[in-house]
Amino acid sequence: MKSRYPFYIAIALLIFTGVGIATLRHFELGIPWLSGEERPVWLVEARVDFRASGDPVLVSLNLPDDPPGFHVLSEQAASPGYGFSIVDDQGDRRGEWSIREANGPQTLYYKAQFIPDPDAQPRPPEQPPEPDTVYWEEPQATAAHEVLALAAAKSSTPESMTRELIKLIRSTDPDQNTALLLAGHDDVDVLVKLLNYADIPARVSEGVKLEDARRRQPLRPFLEIYDGDHWLTFNPQTGEQGLPDNVLLWSRNTQSLLDVMGGSQSVVSFAMLRQTVPALQLARAESMENGLGFLSLYQLPIEEQSMFRMLLLLPLGAMVVAFMRVIVGIRTSGTFMPVLIAVAFLQTSLGPGLVTFITVVALGLLLRGYLSNLNLLLVSRIATLIILVIFMCTAISIVGYQMGFNTGMTVTFFPMVILAWTIERMSILWEEEGPHEVFVQGGGSLLVAILAYLVMSLPIAGHLTFNFPELHLIILAVILLMGQYTGYKLSELRRFHPMQEYD
Amino acid sequence: MRWISPAALTRRGMLNMNRRNVDYIARYNDRSAYPLVDNKLKTKLVAEEYDVATPALRQVVSQQHQISHFRERVADLNGFAIKPAKGSGGKGILVITRREDDSFIKASGAAVSLRHLERHLSNILAGLYSLGGSPDVAIVEDLIQCSSALTDYSFQGVPDIRIIVFRGYPVMAMLRLATRASDGKANLHQGAIGVGIDIATGRSLNAVQFNRPVKTHPDTGLALEHIHIEDWHTMLVMASRCYEATGLGYMGADLVLDQNSGPTLLELNARPGLAIQMANGKGLLPRLKYIESLKRTHLTPEARVEYAMSIFSHTGNLSAPQQTGYRKPAFA
Repeated sequence: MKSRYPFYIAIALLIFTGVGIATLRHFELGIPWLSGEERPVWLVEARVDFRASGDPVLVSLNLPDDPPGFHVLSEQAASPGYGFSIVDDQGDRRGEWSIREANGPQTLYYKAQFIPDPDAQPRPPEQPPEPDTVYWEEPQATAAHEVLALAAAKSSTPESMTRELIKLIRSTDPDQNTALLLAGHDDVDVLVKLLNYADIPARVSEGVKLEDARRRQPLRPFLEIYDGDHWLTFNPQTGEQGLPDNVLLWSRNTQSLLDVMGGSQSVVSFAMLRQTVPALQLARAESMENGLGFLSLYQLPIEEQSMFRMLLLLPLGAMVVAFMRVIVGIRTSGTFMPVLIAVAFLQTSLGPGLVTFITVVALGLLLRGYLSNLNLLLVSRIATLIILVIFMCTAISIVGYQMGFNTGMTVTFFPMVILAWTIERMSILWEEEGPHEVFVQGGGSLLVAILAYLVMSLPIAGHLTFNFPELHLIILAVILLMGQYTGYKLSELRRFHPMQEYD
Repeated sequence: MRWISPAALTRRGMLNMNRRNVDYIARYNDRSAYPLVDNKLKTKLVAEEYDVATPALRQVVSQQHQISHFRERVADLNGFAIKPAKGSGGKGILVITRREDDSFIKASGAAVSLRHLERHLSNILAGLYSLGGSPDVAIVEDLIQCSSALTDYSFQGVPDIRIIVFRGYPVMAMLRLATRASDGKANLHQGAIGVGIDIATGRSLNAVQFNRPVKTHPDTGLALEHIHIEDWHTMLVMASRCYEATGLGYMGADLVLDQNSGPTLLELNARPGLAIQMANGKGLLPRLKYIESLKRTHLTPEARVEYAMSIFSHTGNLSAPQQTGYRKPAFA
């Protein structure tokens, strides 16, 4: 006897691969296990107001680029009459609106959807940034030396240095050195200047705090320092390190947030809204960019996608048929005819599908009874049956439509050739084995078809088979395993029961 | 509804369908040998080479136009049987026992017209009865004159004997008797009676109809307990020879006892049914495993039959093989 180990190892591999890829795709692409899951998405709108002076206008707004903690899902600009394009200016991502001539108050919108993702980190800079060269004049230079010395005495790393500096600057009772530095200057600017002076690359980034349904929000400054690997964010007010979850860093590493040429009194303000989007839609939108995205069917044209939706359900039906025949032992007419009927039921829904199926087969059996008197060759008899079946389906559709039942028209989803063969087989069965066998096999086929339909119509089944096609490896493994089942069928336990009388 | 537990079936060594398909048919039957048994014409030719008697072939109708000559060619035959070469389960077999004027009398006594026969031939050619619906040929054979000893037991149809041959050893046998319920056919699922036959003696054991034990034939009223098959040894040897003829390791040989020519092979089956176990009141598995455990098998059909008759007695239990050099089977 051949060893079965390689077989079982192959089965285990199939299951492992299926589960593995599915899990990987779940975590990498965020494809949800269940179909109804929803994810929050922030819709942030930047509004630029300015007064145009009748000249050509060019408005350039800094746009978020890889903000830490978020993914950009979609972005769009709305501005009547303006041309819009997104340009990349030496790592500075900007949206540019332009118009030949504009006059009076102007409003431009830029909208983007952001998905919170704690793992999203901006790319580390290609070249480590150099600290800006800072020149102080006396007496500020001495004061800066003093302040830095004070902070350095209490710190060991760039981070602790930054925290100490923020404490000194934000102190409610600043000493005279700090007071001198701060005189007439913005706190954050002074901090950046001091840090750069201490050879720590630092910059100001501006972020918007995300709160549901807020309008006219300003940008808040955040301090960023470079620790040698990453940019670290500090709250310049509290000295708290790290970026709060609900802050979206809008502009980083930029010279200016907004430039307007040909206009004046320009203002940027932000509005935001929390939305929920089906998790599946998110996964689909993101699958393009992701490395594992090529494994999914989302890139196919919609028409092919809907066809695959149906095709990928078939293995499930095949598994039900295999189970019912191998383990339960139900007799069906035609091995996989029930699956095809079940697919038709998916289109027609169960009740109307059953009624039309039984009607067509019953009518077909009646007509076939007449055909058998005609003494026809088999091929022409089947061909005649196919035509008759099409006639019957047409009649059912027309009569149903005239009577106001739209469901009558769904009869076209039944595979006509399969119907014709079913009728032919049933008819021969009737002649040779009698009506009892027809009902046993016909009933068995319908039972299996209904079971396959019930399994295939589960929302979770459609969701998993389409979004995780690799799960079919598991179905394959189960079917292969069933092919190895050499035990008694359920029906045999009944068939062989008279054996109880023999010992 | 009555059920039996899987454990009870295992204890009785009942072979089930899945196991038969995977462990016996798939393992011991080479697919390339299937056409030999699925096509009765080929079976006939190969059986003759190995001295296995089959009913005399009278005519082969392979083309539609030959049907018009059918009448002339059966003109001198009183009774004959029309069979589809690739038919299965007795489907499409039409037995004409005699003629009255222009009509042909079937085994059931019903009269049919020549037109009916021609239509039947045409259906056979179109593949109505063949596996998978492929085009077929019709063969016309001499009628079997069943041995009088057995005819009485059967209602109308010819009683035949099914012998399961495993690796050339006859392992189990049963006599199939047609009944009114089975419409003269010898198919158990249609209501024919299956009578288990002791391999060692050729005597009848239990009998079942529709899977239920019966003592007497429901139509003829004859007791089924003391049937003895004549020429039993010859019959087993013929069945055993089919192993050499076809190379099929697990098959069913259907034989009849002809009044004139003795044991005659009707057809071979590469997928024999499981009902034979019910007729014998014994499972096939212990015997199959016993044969599987033989390290080297007997070379001639006669030797195999001798061996099978010595070990597969209904009364005796399977014990360890007597000959030296044989491994003791684990289950014995």
